[in-house]
Amino acid sequence: MSTPTKTSPRPAVKALRTAGGLSVRLHLRAVLTGVLLLVVALAAGVLLIGTGDFPMSFGDVLTTLGGGGNPGQELIVNDLRLPRVLVALLVGACFGLAGAVFQTITRNPLGSPDVLGFAQGSSVGALLVIVYLQGSTVAIAMGAVAGGVVTGVAIFLLAWKRGVHGYRFVLVGIGASAMLYAIVLYLMTKANIVEATRATTWMTGSLSGRDWDQVWPLAAVCVILVPVILLCGRPLAMLEMGDDSAAALGVSTGRVRILALLAAVVLVASATAAAGPIAFVALTAPQLARRLTRTTGPNLLPAALMGAVLLVLADLASQRIFGADQVPVGVVTGVLGGGYLLWLLANERKAGRV
Amino acid sequence: MPRRRQATRSAGLLVALCVLGAIAVLGIAVGSKQIPLGDVWHGITHYSGTDTDVIIRDVRLPRTLLGLLAGAALGLAGAVMQALTRNPLADPGVLGINAGASAAVVSGITFFGVTSLTSYVWFAFVGAAVVSAAVYILGGTRNATPVRLALAGTALTAVLTGYLNAVNLMNTASLDKMRFWTVGSLASATMPTVERIVPFIAVGVVLALLVARPLNAVALGDDQARALGAKLTRTRVAAMAAVTLLCGAATAACGPIVYVGLMVPHAVRAITGPDMRWILPYSAVLSPVLLLGADILGRVVARPGELQVGIVTAVIGGPVFIHLVRRRKMAQL
Repeated sequence: MSTPTKTSPRPAVKALRTAGGLSVRLHLRAVLTGVLLLVVALAAGVLLIGTGDFPMSFGDVLTTLGGGGNPGQELIVNDLRLPRVLVALLVGACFGLAGAVFQTITRNPLGSPDVLGFAQGSSVGALLVIVYLQGSTVAIAMGAVAGGVVTGVAIFLLAWKRGVHGYRFVLVGIGASAMLYAIVLYLMTKANIVEATRATTWMTGSLSGRDWDQVWPLAAVCVILVPVILLCGRPLAMLEMGDDSAAALGVSTGRVRILALLAAVVLVASATAAAGPIAFVALTAPQLARRLTRTTGPNLLPAALMGAVLLVLADLASQRIFGADQVPVGVVTGVLGGGYLLWLLANERKAGRV
Repeated sequence: MPRRRQATRSAGLLVALCVLGAIAVLGIAVGSKQIPLGDVWHGITHYSGTDTDVIIRDVRLPRTLLGLLAGAALGLAGAVMQALTRNPLADPGVLGINAGASAAVVSGITFFGVTSLTSYVWFAFVGAAVVSAAVYILGGTRNATPVRLALAGTALTAVLTGYLNAVNLMNTASLDKMRFWTVGSLASATMPTVERIVPFIAVGVVLALLVARPLNAVALGDDQARALGAKLTRTRVAAMAAVTLLCGAATAACGPIVYVGLMVPHAVRAITGPDMRWILPYSAVLSPVLLLGADILGRVVARPGELQVGIVTAVIGGPVFIHLVRRRKMAQL
């Protein structure tokens, strides 16, 4: 009697088993999405290398990357544009991953680090260096890391009251955000106009002029922290069901939260130090990834890949539309993010999820 | 018993007015040049062109008057918003309304060549109105929780801040001007500024006081309020209009100032209880006390320079906000 058309299709979940009795669940759609995102990120990266005052074809870039280009091409690719693209990929991935952790723990799609005052905290650190020390790029980056980490720990401690709860973390972050923004504005009035322009560019987030000096530290941080966060993936997925259920399933809720949040805070701070607080990547990447994979849980790896895709595409768009280094990439992500936010709020409100 | 309470509240209001008067006089006397209190009175009543009199008439008096007006406006706006949204965390700054006004003003200055306060006060109103409607709708209108509204406001503020940064990057001259305005300050006050915003704030104040009684009904929830005969739509529209007028005028005159509208109504509620008919007048009197106090503090701590009042209120208000969050179980509200 029953019509099979209405029943939900069997979820495409496969298990991968080893001879030793270990097994891991594979969600087919999620894996495909991940591979697709990786391909798009790399392809967009190659296109981005080929974009600029001296355009190169897709094939030329690949040949040069493989070591077969002429000296001029080698200089442009290896010394000028490759590090910039790598920074874009890494920063995007960091923001995406950290955003996924934050949104899972705050259990709110808007609870991402750029809304919760981390951008402002990093900005305060960077501006202190710009305005009072007239520091180098490296010093600014150190200031940003310090500002971001201090802000993160402070918000965490202030939101602590027999554990950290989503809404309190969000609201304390909002309170801190407004306060820190006032300090940013104050520092802006103390700057001369050159420093103020430099500070504004930094706060918008830009990839122009990034070289290997930014790539290596960020890569090192990623190598250490990304595995830590990925290992938290399963317990984080349990946390989405609520603390009690997660605890019943054997998740040590408090420890997982602290570990994942601290790792995410350091990731965000390092990425911000490399490229400035680029808006809305951390907010949008995890949600777009989740929509693509249609999988429950924090979708950590797809979110990271999506972040990389978003940032590289945004940079590509700003370079192609406005010309090389005319408009910082933060302006593009800001505009896109604003549009996405309006759509999200209008949509999620109906479902009552925000 | 109620009559006695009413007497206490009236007496309290009188005391608050006296404090306001004292703070205002102090605001005229304190600064990089200290002026004895006797000279303050003399400078206001018998202007004779001495240096002191010029400072009083052209600098300190307009500044203090602007502080009075803007403070009252922000405090009333905060109190009305908290009642209207039934949300203890509502504040023109946190909900992004000041940011909307400033984004509109910056657009006016950059793209439409607006230079005078008379014209850009209209931009501020449009910005404030659009953002307050957007936050209210996006936050989920009637079933908005404090977290949702605050997030919607903060997210919109993030968008607007990005927009401001972009505009400033394209236009260095605008950056040089705007970075002093967006910080929120009373320092550039002049008599014409004060005169321009008086009518707007006056209308806003009247509207706010008129909705005090219906807002008491709104506090009981929509169904109860309707049963009591409150006209909900009319109340909401009037309250939103009041908030827009008050925030828009205050922001146009002194830049975005956060947390005044959040802190004062909370303090007032502790004195008066939940009756809006008392909360609103008290807020209107005590908010300028806070704003002028913060302004004086900013002049004293960074002498001979000064700390802009917007920074002082944010640094004082941030901890208050966090304290409110920690104290309550907001999720259920």
